[in-house]
Amino acid sequence: MQQLYNFAVGPLAWVAWAVFLGGSAWRLASMWALARKKDMNAVAYMDVRFAARSMAHWATPFATLGWRANPAVTVATFAFHTALGLLLLFAPGHAVLWDYAFGVNVWSLPEGIADALTVLVILLCGFFAWRRLQLPVVRFVTRPMDWLVLALVAVPCITAFLAKQQIGDNLLLSTLHVLSGEATLMALPFTRLSHAIFSPFARAYMGSEFGGVRHCPDW
Amino acid sequence: MSATEFSGIAERRIEDANLVRGVAALTRERIERVVKAVTRGEAGARLAVYHETCMRCGMCADACHYCISHDGDPTYSPVGKMEQTMWKLLRTGGKVDPDDIYGMAQIAYTECNLCRRCVHYCPVGIDTGYVMSLVRRICHRLGVVPLYIQDTAHSHSGTMNQMWVKDDEWVDSLVWQEDEARSEIPALRIPFDKEGADFLYSVIAPEPKFRTQLIYQAAVIFDQAGVDWTMPSSPGWDNSDMCMFTGDYEMMGRLKRCHFEMAQKLKVRRIVMGECGHAFRSVYDVGNRWLGWKNHPVPIVHSVEFFWELLTEGRIRLAKKFEEPVTIHDPCNIIRGRGLMDKLREVTHALCSNVVEMSPTREHNLCCCAGGGVINCGPPFKGVRLAGNKAKADQLAATGVHTVVAPCHNCHGGLEDIIHHYKLGMDTKFLGDLIYDCMEKPGAA
Repeated sequence: MQQLYNFAVGPLAWVAWAVFLGGSAWRLASMWALARKKDMNAVAYMDVRFAARSMAHWATPFATLGWRANPAVTVATFAFHTALGLLLLFAPGHAVLWDYAFGVNVWSLPEGIADALTVLVILLCGFFAWRRLQLPVVRFVTRPMDWLVLALVAVPCITAFLAKQQIGDNLLLSTLHVLSGEATLMALPFTRLSHAIFSPFARAYMGSEFGGVRHCPDW
Repeated sequence: MSATEFSGIAERRIEDANLVRGVAALTRERIERVVKAVTRGEAGARLAVYHETCMRCGMCADACHYCISHDGDPTYSPVGKMEQTMWKLLRTGGKVDPDDIYGMAQIAYTECNLCRRCVHYCPVGIDTGYVMSLVRRICHRLGVVPLYIQDTAHSHSGTMNQMWVKDDEWVDSLVWQEDEARSEIPALRIPFDKEGADFLYSVIAPEPKFRTQLIYQAAVIFDQAGVDWTMPSSPGWDNSDMCMFTGDYEMMGRLKRCHFEMAQKLKVRRIVMGECGHAFRSVYDVGNRWLGWKNHPVPIVHSVEFFWELLTEGRIRLAKKFEEPVTIHDPCNIIRGRGLMDKLREVTHALCSNVVEMSPTREHNLCCCAGGGVINCGPPFKGVRLAGNKAKADQLAATGVHTVVAPCHNCHGGLEDIIHHYKLGMDTKFLGDLIYDCMEKPGAA
């Protein structure tokens, strides 16, 4: 198990990062090429100012009609993505890996805060799962891919929490945490998690079209 | 889970002669070929990104008047409708049965007005109107289009106007209205084919066909405002476009080219369009893109904006105001499509003493449920519009007024239907109706 752990935090981590970065770059480049080939009647209207205006509104809680109409989802979405981002970059365990891999000294979250954020993300995964199971408008459109991406976020957090709290076999859980985290990283460009790299462009286009052509807010 | 729990379109199928005939001629192979031709040949990154990044969060459900009117039925939500149509086609690679295409056509043509209200609800920025238009494009290429709207598309092909109006009937209608108007304003003329006029005034074919008095009113307004205008006597006069809504983009391109070329031939400075929303969408936003024009070869102005100019420049003076309380309906194609919500209000407030806003209002206003070609799908689907827009009826009733100002033909049709069905006791008005009624007419006999 120790060997597997060492492999996971060593060579496999490089593979995961390579797949994530290379895959993301390839997907973005190929999508851009496709857009240039097929969607110039949309690309032509891209406008940085209107794109930024739209992004700023949608990046602000309750600043849009959609956010205001769905307060629970708004709070959950912003809390979820903020917590996840902070943990990815600044969890104490991750800071060790930044140092180990790149020799960079990254500031890390205090242990208690990191633990609380981990629990928060797990609970919010539960909230999103509850919506998929209980709300007809969400249940009707939920497909296996939606469960997969939810699991890809939940499993690394759950295993991290259990390992940190010394519940169960620590080495096993730590290994599972690293492996599942790497699976998430590698899956990002090729699953619905790709909204992380593509949704800014969808938002930018909608902002551009509504700003430059329709002269109307898109929020 | 979804197939058994929510039957969706399967349990509300409506018989339409052309959908039945079109589906009967389909094979699975042809469907797959056409789906791939559209999703891979015509569409590109925009569709792919929308499909991949739609998080199925369901936030758009609150946006759609169909979904609200059906008590949150998920099969009417924007994402629910995309799931039953385009998302299914992409997921299966177009390997679906002819019977599935029937349901997809019914959803795309009659259960989505392409109003884009859901844009205000989607964090990702997915354009349901674009996706449903592509579903219609597939249905058009498969020959599965509701009978009544297909007939209007045929009319466009045969006559270059939507209502089978013959060339001599068009000229005759204008002369008739000129004659009528001269009994009120003796010196009034409707100037045909006047080269170098300030603007060409174009209308939709239902005006000469059904609402000819609007041409009379426009002629009086323009004449008394002293503007330099013209109307064409030959094809190119109709700015409407049902081909845009059936998915017949080739024909849409011909129509737009004809319209713009008429304006260029007459060497006018700009085109002023009558109070129609869908035509404005076609000329201002959709047809030009199909033709590869980022902008317009001749500037386009909607009536709301033009009336605003006439009033703010003092070219029209008002003899009185409309005293009854009115409310304002915001047509999607000129509000979410052109941002005319402020000018619409300025004009309405100038004309009316008491304006009561709806809630929600402006760019967040609910759709009339007629646009997007839905009303043009005809009597078989009238019930879809009535049941699908109870939300609008509730919104209208809550204003407590008896007059709705709506500067769009389709909105008038849709609102009048729900007003009658839900017994709201309201009237609809065009801005032209109010201006004609309230303006000073110094040239009057």
